[in-house]
Amino acid sequence: MNKFKKIFATDSYIVPLVAILLGFLVGAIVMLIGGYDPIAAYGALFKRVFGSPYDFGEAIREMTPLMLTGLSVAFAFRSGLFNIGADGQVLIGMTAASLIGIKWAGLPLFLLVPLAVIGAGLCGGLWAGIAGYLKAKRGINEVITTIMLNWIALFLANYIVRTFLLIPGQNRSEDIPASISMTFLNSFFDNARLHWGTFIALAAAVFFYIYLWKTKQGFEMRAVGLNPHAAEYAGMNVGRNVMKSMFIAGVFAGLAGAGEVLGVFHYQAVFAGSPGYGFDGIAVALLGLTHPFGVILAAILYGMLTYGSAGMSFNADVPPELIRIVIGSIIFFIAAQGIVRWVLKPFYFKRKKEKVL
Amino acid sequence: MSAAAPVVELKQITKRFPGIVANDSISLTLEKGEIHALLGENGAGKSTLMNIVFGLYQPDEGSIEIGGKPVIIDSPNKAIELGIGMVHQHFKLVDPFTVTENIILGMEPKKGLKIDYKSAAEQVRKLSELYGLQVNPHARIHDISVGMQQRVEIMKTLYRGADILIFDEPTAVLTPQEINELMAIMKRLVAEGKSIILITHKLKEIMSISDRVTIIRRGKVIDTVKTSETNPNELAEKMVGRDVTFKVDKLDPHVGNTVLKLDGVNSKNKEGISVLNNLSFEVKSGEILGIAGVDGNGQSELIQAITGLRKIDSGSIIVEGKEIANLSPRKISEMNVSHIPEDRHKHGLVLDFTVSENMVLETYYKSPYNRNGFMNNEVIDKHAEELVQAFDVRTPSIHNTARSLSGGNQQKAIIAREIDKEPTLLIAAQPTRGLDVGAIEFVQKQLIAQRDQGKAVLLVSFELDEIMNVSDRIAVIYEGQIVGEVYPKDTNDQELGLMMAGGLKRGGKAGE
Ligand SMILES: Nc1ncnc2c1ncn2[C@@H]1O[C@H](COP(=O)(O)OP(=O)(O)OP(=O)(O)O)[C@@H](O)[C@H]1O
Ligand SMILES: [Mg+2]
Repeated sequence: MNKFKKIFATDSYIVPLVAILLGFLVGAIVMLIGGYDPIAAYGALFKRVFGSPYDFGEAIREMTPLMLTGLSVAFAFRSGLFNIGADGQVLIGMTAASLIGIKWAGLPLFLLVPLAVIGAGLCGGLWAGIAGYLKAKRGINEVITTIMLNWIALFLANYIVRTFLLIPGQNRSEDIPASISMTFLNSFFDNARLHWGTFIALAAAVFFYIYLWKTKQGFEMRAVGLNPHAAEYAGMNVGRNVMKSMFIAGVFAGLAGAGEVLGVFHYQAVFAGSPGYGFDGIAVALLGLTHPFGVILAAILYGMLTYGSAGMSFNADVPPELIRIVIGSIIFFIAAQGIVRWVLKPFYFKRKKEKVL
Repeated sequence: MSAAAPVVELKQITKRFPGIVANDSISLTLEKGEIHALLGENGAGKSTLMNIVFGLYQPDEGSIEIGGKPVIIDSPNKAIELGIGMVHQHFKLVDPFTVTENIILGMEPKKGLKIDYKSAAEQVRKLSELYGLQVNPHARIHDISVGMQQRVEIMKTLYRGADILIFDEPTAVLTPQEINELMAIMKRLVAEGKSIILITHKLKEIMSISDRVTIIRRGKVIDTVKTSETNPNELAEKMVGRDVTFKVDKLDPHVGNTVLKLDGVNSKNKEGISVLNNLSFEVKSGEILGIAGVDGNGQSELIQAITGLRKIDSGSIIVEGKEIANLSPRKISEMNVSHIPEDRHKHGLVLDFTVSENMVLETYYKSPYNRNGFMNNEVIDKHAEELVQAFDVRTPSIHNTARSLSGGNQQKAIIAREIDKEPTLLIAAQPTRGLDVGAIEFVQKQLIAQRDQGKAVLLVSFELDEIMNVSDRIAVIYEGQIVGEVYPKDTNDQELGLMMAGGLKRGGKAGE
């Protein structure tokens, strides 16, 4: 875990940039081997993202939950925790937002909307807090509990939707009157489903940065993450920090859930399986080197690639799964920094300022 | 000609880190069958130089020859191939594995697809016999003592065929008994044709075992001398560039009220074995109480109990009239109790924090460092700057991570932080471990200065010299119990040694 932490928490940005280039290169090689034209494929990918206002807007929509789940994983990581449970926290956030948005529909919108968003964040936080509590008080590894909580969240969310919110005969909830869609942009973006969640995500990144590096509580959390023993000796309450960190991570993920139901779908479906937001979040967090601003950039890249991959298959006849190879390679190259450093070696020699790993 | 070539020759090695030249054109030769000591102040660049020889760092300038042939050592694997082995100060062992498993890790002898443990254990046993190492090949690492763990590290290098052994401060973590044994092992090694580079701060060890000494100061070689043609005073002077007295001057203590009082303290470990056994003593203001004892007799547990890191089952611990047993570390710290922990990497520092951040590790939440929940970095940095100045912590900047400091300077940073808290009770566990003689003198003076200002000081040390020189009163701990209290002037090493081994009890209260 410690080594793992070191690899993904370095603050150098050259490595990820090179890793991204190498990732695209590997993807291109695989395409060539498979008899596809990589230039056409990547061209189609970017054309899909930037080709029309609608697609551009939809790409942003795709990035938004990735930003928040990425932040969620990264935040926990910074205090030494591996949050595999962002997925479940997103589901709990969605369900809370749907419940509040539908059941309290009598409230005026200017109250209902913030309530639903806040409720989603809080419930996501409390859900993650369960894992934090078990870790702090009972010493149970959070990796295991968050995975278990993912499944519990899935079935709990489905149960609530079925029991309280269902449109009879359909596999989805009633429409949610509370909305955070940015409808005023509809004419610019051709009705792409843009919503305020994107700004919530950006604000969350700023909060992440300020909280962790500028406040007293963040100081504690970083100390606990880097050396819990020394933190304890210094009088910090390690358990409390673990719970707090999981809570905040869960809030981020819960807000992602709010964005999806209140901003994109306006209803909640009954899920057949894990929607996968949280797992993408792990990739995004690692890609962003667990730094909040890095996570935002990584989510933008990740969102572009996944959204654009549909264009790849449509216009260049390349299977969209190939983009997974690109993403996987990028993460691989970030983890295997040795390779990247080897590629960079000639440049490093000139600069003579080598950093010791 | 090649017969006469030294086994290792370093030529004009220079290594720079941002803001500092750690090695400045260093040349050094190691002859076959020689024990070559490296001596230098904390941060002089000894570890850096050896890390270069072992392939962990690359030199910016200069070259290395092994047995007369120029080589480039770009990784530890390359170093091992060239017959170089290094015993690091912090061991790199897998705790739940056995001795044999650790030794063969990465070079397992195979029998078909399976690892051939039997022949491995046999090989380990042979090595152990040849060099008088006496390790049980089947014991698990977490069950054996630190001294034994170090022998496993030595065997790891031998198993990989090392002829050149580098020891970086091997004795810092050992008890006096274990040190003697290690010295004997080293002699066996050179008798068998190995060559050794030994880094140590202890002049006694250098005088007793090395053939030559190279003295390094601030990255430069000052001199290389034959051990037989020098003496400790000359070495110390060459190393720090001034006279070192070795004697601690102190006035008679002005003993005041009781600051710390332990009464019948009992504590059990997880296995239910009693680690503190009806333990009682007092420390008064204006005095230094030294706790003497062999490692593992309850010293760590005692300190944990006083600082709130360990629950006690019965008894009382009173600081300035208030019961503190089983309070939180934070509450106890706020009663002006300072603690220099034994394990600086694990407990004393957050290595990836900057020096500046580490300086407020315990006080970050107080004004003026904390302003309405935000860290007041200006004040924090200014504070760190002052401490680094006052305690001569050598670092290019307070914004460097604690990890990049040399071992001794990390320790000085902790001492600076703890003394700066102006404690009424200062607990110092092995405060001079790994420090150079100049720094030891400095730290001991600081402890005495604290006592002269009327603070109570509890000193735990395995170094008898330190206990004898610095303490005003000595309590001997054995199997979790205080077995005797004496005044330094009324006792001697033999008597203390006997008490530490549990063979003698003396005096309920010293001199009373
Ligand atoms: N990885 C690093 N990055 C930056 N500076 C470093 C690094 N390693 C060592 N230094 C600096 O180089 C200098 C020499 O350090 P080194 O560890 O070699 O000292 P040392 O002689 O072994 O001291 P000690 O006796 O305290 O262990 C120190 O000033 C240290 O701060
Ligand atoms: Mg060193």
